[in-house]
Amino acid sequence: MSKIACPECAAEITLEAGTEVGEIIVCSDCGVDLEVTALEPATVQLAPMEQEDWGE
Amino acid sequence: MQQRLKIGVLYSRVRVEEKWIFSALEKRGVDFDRLDDRAIHFDLENPAPWQEYDAVIERSISYNSGLYTLRILNAFGVPTVNTALVAEACGDKLTTSTLLAKAGLPQPRNVVAFTPESALEALEELGYPAVVKPVVGSWGRLLAKVNDRDAAEAIFEHKATLGSTQHQVFYVQEYIAKPGRDIRAIVIGDRVLTAMYRKSEHWITNTARGGEGELCSITPEIESICLGAAKAMGGGVLAIDLIEHSERGYLINEVNHTMEFHTMQPLSGLDVAGEIVEYAMNLAKERAS
Repeated sequence: MSKIACPECAAEITLEAGTEVGEIIVCSDCGVDLEVTALEPATVQLAPMEQEDWGE
Repeated sequence: MQQRLKIGVLYSRVRVEEKWIFSALEKRGVDFDRLDDRAIHFDLENPAPWQEYDAVIERSISYNSGLYTLRILNAFGVPTVNTALVAEACGDKLTTSTLLAKAGLPQPRNVVAFTPESALEALEELGYPAVVKPVVGSWGRLLAKVNDRDAAEAIFEHKATLGSTQHQVFYVQEYIAKPGRDIRAIVIGDRVLTAMYRKSEHWITNTARGGEGELCSITPEIESICLGAAKAMGGGVLAIDLIEHSERGYLINEVNHTMEFHTMQPLSGLDVAGEIVEYAMNLAKERAS
């Protein structure tokens, strides 16, 4: 399991097995949405803000 | 030898639904590509790289990215789930209402106007309370329940002043007092696969807004109205949202063309992602043959 630091609050986050690139995870410390941008080594960035035309 | 199918999955974010779809494709041994709508680009004079796909499953969160991608792919002759015409019909609530009305299907009353003054006049004729909705948007965002003329004037002025040009289309729907729930049914092709109640004390029952799911039996009436709605939109893989009216029966509230099913799949015990993949594979096989 990869560990990464939250880019917002620097808390350590452990990626669960089966995590995929493009998936959104939530920092359990500060609650910010993070997008997984790579695995091995794992990287994340702040997830894009919700846009007006987003939905299902 | 039978040709191996190639399928593309267009997405913006890998939600649990996309993970299930990827997994269903892997399980079936399908050759597939993950197409991030933020990373792709098209050369309209060079369709060949895209024509390698026997079908594309569209799962974009962005309505604009999804719709324009579907238009291009369909123009290139690539089958998609769903088609651009279906996305256009479902993604714009006014277009959905117009097509439902044309098909004579039951829905809440809707009025439309293009200035705050004419919208107010239309709303006064419709009566209070009413719901002002953006024509494009989802997850229950920017819906406004309007209880009186003061609120209507304020909302229309705010939309006219602060909104984009799309918010100058004033789309107002009759408010239906729901019994604390609505119904979502999934239609795949000519079948109603499953249905659930979405329960909430709030007048917006969307599960994206915290509504809870409970399985709903597919009665002949629900089946008939859902298949009718799907046909009116052009068919494919769709989620039909129904409201129960105490006197008029089921009313079609909206139809979604890239539905989320993270509540529906575990609740029903059905492999919704697998069904979507099978539907796309059938389209792909037709094209490949």
